[in-house]
Amino acid sequence: MSKNPNLKTAEELSEMARQIRRDIINMLVIAQTGHSGGPLGMADIFTALYFNKMKLDSSNPEMNDRDYFFLSIGHIAPVWYATLARRGYIPVEELRTLRRINGRLQGHPAPAKTHGVPGVEIASGSLGQGLSIAVGMAIGLRMNGKDNYVFCINGDGELQEGQIWEAIMTAAHHKTDNLTMIVDRNQCQIDNRTELVQELEPLKEKFHAFNWHTYEIDGHNMKEILHAIDEAKAYKGKPTVIIANTLMGKGVSFMEDNYKWHGIPPNIEQASIALKELAVTKYGDFFDLEEYAEL
Amino acid sequence: MKFNLDSPEMKETRQGFADALIDAGKTNKDLVVLGADVSGSVKTNLFRDAYPDRFISVGIAEQDMMGTAAGLALAGKIPVASAYGEFATGRPFDQIRQSIAYSEMNVKICASHCGITVGPDGATHQSFEDVALMRVLPNMNVITPCDYNQTYRAVKLAIDTHGPFYIRFYRENSPNFTDINAPFKFGKADTIIDGDDITLIASGLLVWEAIVASEKLKKEGINARVVNMHTIKPIDKETIIKCADETGMIITCEDHQWTCGLFGAVAEVIVMHRPTKMDYIAIDDTFGESGIIASELMNKYKIDREAIYKKVKKHLKK
Ligand SMILES: Cc1ncc(C[n+]2csc(CCOP(=O)(O)OP(=O)(O)O)c2C)c(N)n1
Repeated sequence: MSKNPNLKTAEELSEMARQIRRDIINMLVIAQTGHSGGPLGMADIFTALYFNKMKLDSSNPEMNDRDYFFLSIGHIAPVWYATLARRGYIPVEELRTLRRINGRLQGHPAPAKTHGVPGVEIASGSLGQGLSIAVGMAIGLRMNGKDNYVFCINGDGELQEGQIWEAIMTAAHHKTDNLTMIVDRNQCQIDNRTELVQELEPLKEKFHAFNWHTYEIDGHNMKEILHAIDEAKAYKGKPTVIIANTLMGKGVSFMEDNYKWHGIPPNIEQASIALKELAVTKYGDFFDLEEYAEL
Repeated sequence: MKFNLDSPEMKETRQGFADALIDAGKTNKDLVVLGADVSGSVKTNLFRDAYPDRFISVGIAEQDMMGTAAGLALAGKIPVASAYGEFATGRPFDQIRQSIAYSEMNVKICASHCGITVGPDGATHQSFEDVALMRVLPNMNVITPCDYNQTYRAVKLAIDTHGPFYIRFYRENSPNFTDINAPFKFGKADTIIDGDDITLIASGLLVWEAIVASEKLKKEGINARVVNMHTIKPIDKETIIKCADETGMIITCEDHQWTCGLFGAVAEVIVMHRPTKMDYIAIDDTFGESGIIASELMNKYKIDREAIYKKVKKHLKK
């Protein structure tokens, strides 16, 4: 069992997610490069997984009976780094080094053995590859007679990559019910809204037709997130997809639901407004905008 | 040729690509551009806004994009397929190999954000292998322009020349120093600084670095010839042999793995025709990492003017 105590209630988890959002803003304003929108939108789901639902031990990231986590959309690394920091995998202070030379917080995540951070199993950044890896892990675990569970986070724009659908078929064929895919359905990608770049709808029906167990939730409602993950884990006979309806830039009014925030950081003024909108939490920030001038 | 070494005009090579597309699109109605959700980054959004009915969005699907481009070429169009270096070559390699190169389709693969110029994005996005992948393909023409002007001219030439092309350029602002009015001599290298002590054969971003290094060496009495090898395939054998004969040593300079890129292309000629001493400035069989491009990464990975200067000094020290 995990040595790190979980957060129990939805309220506690949402408070942590808010802190992670603050961390994301601080990381990005320091780095002045990186993605804002996707990371802010996925803070609730990352918190639910890391602080409640996944079997893990941050002091022993390679614990044998851990649940496996794959981030197929490497560009939302800031939410992962902030979550790993708050969960104790890496020092919170290290969040200052996002995208810096000689650092571990690569623009797109790399595993510790490469030069990345503990908790990252494999590199990502080139879209469309993560689900195949997760399916391979799920099949391998079953062959080894293990009951570790596998989670994979995918973007909605990312679903336009053909490899994703190859993996969706492989998972269905092998009935990998030890795997849940969570789709960040924020309707945004780089060039525009997803349905204008290349339409994905009817998305749930597509998964259904591919023989997956499907779930659709509000990706910012903590109770719904927790419930969906429980249901997914309990489901037998098919892999599960949770289509999480989220808002790009969630929590920061001028970023919300705006695809233009896919890949840019806030400047100091924007960061200051963002931090005012994201209510202060009991955890405390690793950075104070007052220090910004000294950077 | 005189260079403004201290404050050269700075311009993005990807803008040269975008401007060439827009200008060519005015008269060439067969020109079509495919987008894989990076049109803002590679600047094909400008073509899209100018000629919306000739822009085809395929979603984030580079493999599909190459196949679609081949189909469009069969239908008589001149398709330009564009993405970041790695996702325009590594990801859809087999689609390019079979449907474009082997089948000799008139597709122009134009990659931005190549080499180290995606800096902070890190290793997954830094394409150090793209020239190798494209150069090995029969029928493929490979151009690595060194600045805005040359990118503009190379793209225009590729559109007007039948056959598959790979053109490699960058995200960042970089010195714009070649003559916009001089015709682009496909397959014929430009000797931009004369010298008999050693030859620097450079491509892309490294051409400017070689120029700066050569000017510094000149002050110390060392005359390093600088050759801009903008066309990697077909390679200019004649110029390479001439450099070997006249200067006795060649150092290639590129922002790519040291194997199979420019060094490889030049070394193949040298080994076959004029065994001569060679060395390289290139990525040394490693992946990259996040960092700031010019001041940090090019320095750490030893692909800047300083590294070129030191390497020349090392070899010419008797
Ligand atoms: C293979 C590949 N092609 C293109 C890119 C460039 N790219 C990075 S993120 C992105 C858009 C992803 O959209 P989505 O999955 O919806 O993520 P979101 O915008 O919601 O963060 C693209 C095209 C990439 N990283 N990998």
